[in-house]
This record gives sequence, C-alpha cells and structure tokens, in this order.
Amino acid sequence: MGSGVVHHGLRLSFLLLFSMLFEPFEKDVKLVWDFVSVIFGCGLVCCVFWFFLKLILSSLTQLKHIDLCKKKIGSAELAFEHAAWMSKQFQAFGDLFDEAIKLGLTAIQTQNPGFYYQQAAYYAQERKQLASMLCNHDSSVVYPNPDPLETQTGVLDFYGQRPWRQGILSFDLSDPEKEKLGILALQLKEKNVLHSELIIALLSNAVAQFKKYKCPRMKSHLMVQMGEEYYYAKDYTKALKLLDYVMCEYRSEGWWTLLTSILTTALKCSYLMAQLKDYITYSLELLGRASTLKEDQKSRIEKNLIKVLMNESPDPEPDCDATAVKASQKLWADRVSLAGSNVFTIEVQDFIPFVQCKAKFLAPSFHVDVPVQFDVYLRADCPHPIRFSKLCISFNNQDYNQYCVVEEAYQKSDILEQSSQGTMCLVPGKTRKFTFKFVAKTEDVGKKIEITSVDLILGSESGRCVILNWRGGGGDAASSQEALQAARSFRRRPKLPDNEVHWDSLTIQASTMIISRVPNISVQLRHEPPALTNEMYCLIVTVQSHEETVAKDVKLTAGLKPGQDANLTQKTQVTLRGTDACDESFPALLPDIPVGDLQPGEKLEKPIYIRCGTVGARMFLVYVSYLINTVVEGKEILCKCHRDETVTIETVFPFDVAVKFVSTKLEHLDRVFADIPFLLMTDILSASPWPLTIVTSQLQLSPSMTPVDQLESYVENVVLQTGESASECFCLRCPPVTNATGVATGCYIISWKRSSPVESVPVVSTVITLPHVIVESIPLHVNADLPSFGRVRESLPVRYHLQNKTNLVQDVEVSVEPSDAFMFSGLKQIRLRILPGTQQEMLYNFYPLMAGYQQLPSLHVNLLRFPNFTNQLLRRFIPTHIFVKLGVPKQAKRAGL
Amino acid sequence: MGGGDGGGGDKMAVCIAVIAKENYPLYIRSVPTENELKFHYTVHTSLDVVDEKISAMGKALVDQRELYLGLLYPTEDYKVYGYVTNSKVKFVMVVDSSNTALRDNEIRSMFRKLHNSYTDIMCNPFYNPGDRIHSRAFDNTVNSMMMQVC
Repeated sequence: MGSGVVHHGLRLSFLLLFSMLFEPFEKDVKLVWDFVSVIFGCGLVCCVFWFFLKLILSSLTQLKHIDLCKKKIGSAELAFEHAAWMSKQFQAFGDLFDEAIKLGLTAIQTQNPGFYYQQAAYYAQERKQLASMLCNHDSSVVYPNPDPLETQTGVLDFYGQRPWRQGILSFDLSDPEKEKLGILALQLKEKNVLHSELIIALLSNAVAQFKKYKCPRMKSHLMVQMGEEYYYAKDYTKALKLLDYVMCEYRSEGWWTLLTSILTTALKCSYLMAQLKDYITYSLELLGRASTLKEDQKSRIEKNLIKVLMNESPDPEPDCDATAVKASQKLWADRVSLAGSNVFTIEVQDFIPFVQCKAKFLAPSFHVDVPVQFDVYLRADCPHPIRFSKLCISFNNQDYNQYCVVEEAYQKSDILEQSSQGTMCLVPGKTRKFTFKFVAKTEDVGKKIEITSVDLILGSESGRCVILNWRGGGGDAASSQEALQAARSFRRRPKLPDNEVHWDSLTIQASTMIISRVPNISVQLRHEPPALTNEMYCLIVTVQSHEETVAKDVKLTAGLKPGQDANLTQKTQVTLRGTDACDESFPALLPDIPVGDLQPGEKLEKPIYIRCGTVGARMFLVYVSYLINTVVEGKEILCKCHRDETVTIETVFPFDVAVKFVSTKLEHLDRVFADIPFLLMTDILSASPWPLTIVTSQLQLSPSMTPVDQLESYVENVVLQTGESASECFCLRCPPVTNATGVATGCYIISWKRSSPVESVPVVSTVITLPHVIVESIPLHVNADLPSFGRVRESLPVRYHLQNKTNLVQDVEVSVEPSDAFMFSGLKQIRLRILPGTQQEMLYNFYPLMAGYQQLPSLHVNLLRFPNFTNQLLRRFIPTHIFVKLGVPKQAKRAGL
Repeated sequence: MGGGDGGGGDKMAVCIAVIAKENYPLYIRSVPTENELKFHYTVHTSLDVVDEKISAMGKALVDQRELYLGLLYPTEDYKVYGYVTNSKVKFVMVVDSSNTALRDNEIRSMFRKLHNSYTDIMCNPFYNPGDRIHSRAFDNTVNSMMMQVC
C-alpha cells in the first residue's frame, strides 16, 4: 500500500518535469532536437515504471508525449533523424510492452505490441525516404576532416545530441560553419545505413505479434510490406517467397485491387531474376479477369508474354531500378540462348489465368451404342487475340485421350474433321466451343467417364511452350464463386446468335455415366394371382425379340428379388419343372438359365414354377440378358443388353379348415368320455379366388384313438368354388386314459390342387394337426335302443343298457317319470346292483298317445356311490324326444294296406 | 499528411467500404487525394477485428444485437469504425484521426444512413446480392459523407 503512495508521488513529479521541459521547447525551434531526446528519455523511464505497475492505460497515455513531439521535426536537413527517433521510440515501446506481457500483462487484439512495431516500421520507412532525399550527395562529396562527430569521450549523453555541441549549454549557436560540416557528416553517415534491414526487422517483429493476436489480415499486409521492402533491397528471391505466400489469401477473399498490386511487384521481381515460370504465371493472372490493371498495362504485359512464348526477351517492367534492369537483361539473353527445359506446365486451379475453360458432357449419361459427346468452352480475357497450338483432354480411362485432341498442324482423331473446330485462336471476350465425340468402350458400361484434366498449350515446341492445366472439367480459383453468383442471378441475358453462348450460363459437367444399350426385346409375365400356399404357382415368361439382328446368348434369371426379408428366401422355391414336388433345398432364385439365341421377331415362352411356403407379398424378378452386335460411328461393338421385370405376388391360404368334436347326438362336446363313441367333424372352407379340387382327404389317427367304423374320405374329387365348403365326419372312440390334460387326436391330410384343365398340375398335400381332446371317465354309461320313430297307439319297445364302467359294484336307483304323450309298461322304480364290467338291460314298452315330436318318459338314474352322476349327464347319452307318426287306420289295416 | 483540417466540413469520412458476407469488397471508395491502395489495406486489415467482434457476440443475441461495432482500431493517422448488418454485410468507415469533432453518435447515424441506402439497393430486383455495387444513389449517399476535396 505504502509503495502505491510513493508511486503516485513519483508520477506527479514526472508530470511536473514534463511541463517544465516543454516550456523552452515551445520557444526555440533550433534547440528542439536536444530537448526531445531528453524528454524521450524521461518518457521512456516513465513507461517502464508504468508497465511495472501494470497500469497499461497510464502507460499508453504516457506515450502521448510522442504526439507532442511528432510535429517538432527540428532541423530540416536532418529530418531523417526525427523519423529515426520516432521509429526508435515506438520500437522501444513495443519491446517494453512485449516484456510486460511476458511478465503477465494481458494484451488484446486491438492493443498489442504489434501496432508499435508496425508504427516503428512506418517511421523507419519515412526515415529511409527522407534519407534518400536529403542524402543523395554526389560521390565527389567527401566526409569532412576533422570529423565533427568526434567527441573526447567517444560517447554522447543522449540520442540525437549534436556531438559538436556537447558540453555547450548556451542557446547561442554562433558557429554556422561548424554546424554545416556537422550536418554533412551526419547525412553522409545516414547514407550508409541499411534502412531496409531495419524496416524488415521491425515488420517481422510486428508479424510475429499479429500472428499471436489473431490478426491474419494484418499479418498478410505486413508480409506484403516486407516483400516490397525486400524488393527495394534487391533481394528478389525473398520478396517473391513472401509475396507468393500471401497472394492466395487476397485471392481467396476476392480483394482484386490488392492482389493486382502484389502481382505487379511479383512480376517485377520475376522479371529482374528472369524467372520464366513465375514470370509467365504472374502475367497470366495480371491479364486475367481478376486483375484491375488498365487496358494499356494489360496490353503491354500480353505483348511481353507473347515475346516470352516466342523465346525472346520481354521488355523491362516500368519503375525498375536501372542497374537491376541491366543485369536482368543479361539473364534473359542467357535464357534465350539456353536450349531445353522450355516446357512449363502451369496448374491453374489455384489462380485466375486469363483463359477460362469449362468442359461439359452433353448428357449426364450415354448409352454405349451412342457416341459420347462433350464440349470444351474456352474464353480469353486478355486485350489481344491469342493463339494456342494444342488442346487436349484427359480422362480417367486414358484410352479416350487420343480421340480428344485439337492440334494446329493436322488432325489425328479419326472422328473429328478439322474444319469443324476452326482456327486455333482465342478472341478476347468471345466464347469458343470445341466439340468432341468418341465411342465408349463396352467394358465401361456402368462406369463413370470423368474428365481428369484439360490442357491448353500456348506457344510452340520450337519456342517456349506453356501448358495450362485445368484439373477436372475446368474452373479456376474464382470460378466457383462466379458460378454461385450466376446461379443466384435473375438477370435476363440478351439474346445471342445461335452458335454463341453466355459464358456465365455455362456449367461444368466433368463426368458422365456409360449405361447399357436400350434393350429391344419385350418381356411379359402371365400368371393367375394370388398364389396359394405351397402350390406350384405357374409364372409364364414370354420373351420376344424386336431386334434387327439375332440376339445371342439369351439368359434368363428368375425368382425372388434379392434384398427382401431373409425368411422369404427360405420359404420360397423356384423350379423350371412344375411336376416336381419342391422341397426346401430348391433355390429362391434361378440365375442365368441359358435359353439360346433369339432370331429377330422370335418369341419364347418359359414357364416358371414358384412355391411359396408362407402367406404374404413377395417381389419376383425376371431378368433377361443377351448379347448383340451393333455399329456405332462405323465401329462394330458387342453390346450386352438386358431387360428386367418385377412382379409382386400375394400368397394366400387356399382354404380354412375347422374341426369340432360332437356327441353322437351331434351336440357340441368340450370333452369326450372314455370308450363312448363321438364324432369328429371337419369343415373345409375355400378361401381361394380360383376353384379348388379336393383330390382326397385322409384322417391319420394317433394311437390313442380308434375308429368306430371305416375312415374313408367323403370329399374325394369335390370341386370347391370361392366361399364353398366341404365337410366330413368320422366316428371315433377313445379308450380310457390316465392323464387328464388331453389326448392327441392325429392329423387330417387334404390333397388338393387348383382346378385347371391342365392335367399336370401337381397335387399339394396340406397337413392339418387336429386339436387335443380331454378324455373323461364316467362310472355308468347308459344307452338306449329304440326305433327311429313311433306310431300313435302302436307299441314302441325301448331297451336301456346300463353299463358299469367302474371296478366297483354299483347300487343303482332307476326310475321312469311318466310323460303325457305316452303310456308305458315296465319297471317304474327299481333299485338294482350292477357288477363291475357288466351291464344291465331294462326293457320298456312305450305306447304313444299323440302324434308329433314328443317327449319320452324320462329315465332317472341315481348312483348311490357317485352322487355327481346327474341326470344332466345322462341326457347326453339317451334320447329325450321321439317323433311319433300317426297310426295306420284300422280299416286300412284290415284292407291290407 | 492529410488535409483533415483543411477540408470542407466536419463529420467527413476519408474512406467508405461495403464488404460482403464472404469478406470480399462490394464497394470501396476513398478520397481521391490519397493513395487508394492504402485504404484498401486499411479496410481489409480491419476485418480481423470485425471477425473477432462478430464471433464474440455469439449467436444467442442475433435479434437484439447492436449492429454498430464501434471503433475497430485507431492507427496513428486514422480511426476505423465498423458496422455489421444482420446478413453479415459489413460497413467500414475510415475517418481522419485529427477529426476530433466527430462523435460516436454521429458515426452511428452515418452508418444507419449507409445501411438504409444499402437496403434500397437490395430491394432493387435487378441487383443480384453478392455483386459489386454500381448505384448512383448509393454513390450520392457515400459522397455526402466523404470529405470533399476542394
């Protein structure tokens, strides 16, 4: 804290010192110089002090003392000293700032040491300028003797102090002669200073700082200045290196004025070094559309370029140092006499040359039997027409390169006529079109043909040769932005004659696809959808050739289209023989079935059988390929053609099968009773839109079931239309079983086919697993023997059999309840005992009294051991009603009717 | 040095530039008395600061953000001010540093005037956004803000 107060006091003292110093300063101009130096010393001490306090703002305001001195130049003859002092001042401040940053001070983008180094460099440049103006003494002027700059001690009190005035404190400058000699000595000394070195050092300091503080553009600008300074210092190699480096930054950001200025300096450097390739490259760009040079400048550069191409020396660039020009002219002369290495390949995509190129295939794809056509558009932006010697195009398949060359001397290509392409001259502002065509190779079918480069050759083999190389289908560093602008534009372009085009409206299309020849055959599919599960579904493929010549090596690929659900592949089989029973081992797709040759107009039919194991939609592919000879542009080629058809086929169940268990009274059973016959009823309901023929059916019983009578099919050769059904019924019995869960019944096999006049349709067997049934044991079974009907007043004998199904002796109470419709005789109520495994018969004589469907006197059985055995259960086995017919009248009986 | 104090009036710029979103110049105009190239460099280098300021602003406050970027950086001789539209088109104005009469508010209103004039150009159906600006009306607006050379 205490030190803070001290610092504050110190600061005040400094401010006081300043105000005192400036007092005489304002009065006498001649003495200014000495004072400034003193002030500077004090100011700098101040700055150091401020920096150590990390009071950057105070420090920066302190620097304002520079502003005070800025306009106080002092002696006019030694004005460079002032500039040098300013430069030193800024440099020192920059150093201080940098030092402070190293000690922890933070600088920002807009406030970093770079600015001070930059300013220092500016003053160094000014110093150089002033020095060159003030110190251009004739070589005859000699350094004064004795040396007025000599002092006794050999040191000066402060920078800029006049040595001959040291120690003289008087304001009176009485010796003008001494003064004059002193000034001359200083001027001659200044002449020997290497200003450029100083400037470059300061600039490179600044570059390093700006790089650190994210100022790429400032950095580029400083590098341009460094490059220019190197140029002044005649170090052209270094100058070019720097300029080349930053050029692309300005190019990519589209600052054409700045780019042109840099290019102009670069062109001078390359001229002075007689660097051919660089010279040509810079000329190409300075003539281009990005250059902001005036027309006369461009004209001069183009003339020089033409000279260079003719292996002559170009005229010197303007504003070049005379001695340097002399030296370079010698270099150029050497270049001319030097034979060889006169071919320069210049890749244009990184800059903006004066020739623009756009290559465009006429279509995004070409059939192999049609010649591939494309146009190359060229346009020159230079002021004078320019000749070229060759235009050639390279492809990813180099075999085509030979067909796409335009040359001055003669035409190698066997397709193009020389006359169609015109002269080899590009007129400024006019778009030139070159058309090429060639026949694609058959092995390139399905491949992309790409233009990998376009080469335009300027000059000639005899002079110098420049190959402008566009990667791909043309375009340079600026063309993508131009294309974007053109695409956005709504501007209507003026109408041009038919053979001319607007450059902006051209788009590059550097690649095309070669696709197979259009097939000239028809493929038709005939079938009757939907397919029925597991049937051999017939798909008839008809192939007809409409070709003019014979279609050779016709191959058919048919089956499930690949790329669908993997399960479908396993549940689909394809075969050529419909009579075969397909199994799982058959493939889902039959590839490349040879079918021989097809004569023009010939028709071929091929049935294909498909078996679909599951319902649902499937896509099938039928693909026919063949080879054919065609002639394109006089060249015979063998084309592979193909046509494919896809079809979606739905598969449905042919029928629904319902199975139920019923009692012998045809009542629904949810369980069956052991040893008591029951009926199995099957019902086949056709779901197919086509008539179905049931060839036969078969019941395969499991061992636990026994048939009561013969199991023969009742539906043999029945034809079912849509929605019709066929039923059959089998009488079965199930012996008692121990497990209560259920007994397998067996399976039901239906052999069927699609009703069709064709005999050969194979029969499909569909197996239906019958449901399990629960078997229950009962203690007593009662069945009744009675006629199917009765007659009024005629005796109706009824016999009831009571079977004991248990191993126990059963006590049974039997009673018969009378009915209004019957009289009856027999035991009305009895109690009896039935031994295990035996049966007891009960005989009754019923005597119907009324006609119609009548209720029988009902039998009631009561088992003393099994109270659960109810009459309800009994009703399942014995009839409750009977139909009574009218009796035959007595007269009729008597008459014997 | 420049004739800042000798000029016709106050509030005068020595260079006015319009820079596209992609940082290439759409329009650049400077007083004819001085080296045009120097101003091109000044405007170009000032884009460093503009870029930095735009990225610092972030995307969050696009709607209510201030278009005026303020003083970009002072050089010994000039002050460079920046302004960025919502479509990232930048306006850069270079003012002589000796012109102390010019206040921030006045600079702001000059930019606003420039922006209005630019909007008028964009409304022209024949102007293709991204093309260099060739407009007499815009020239006049710029002229009115530039230091007149007598």
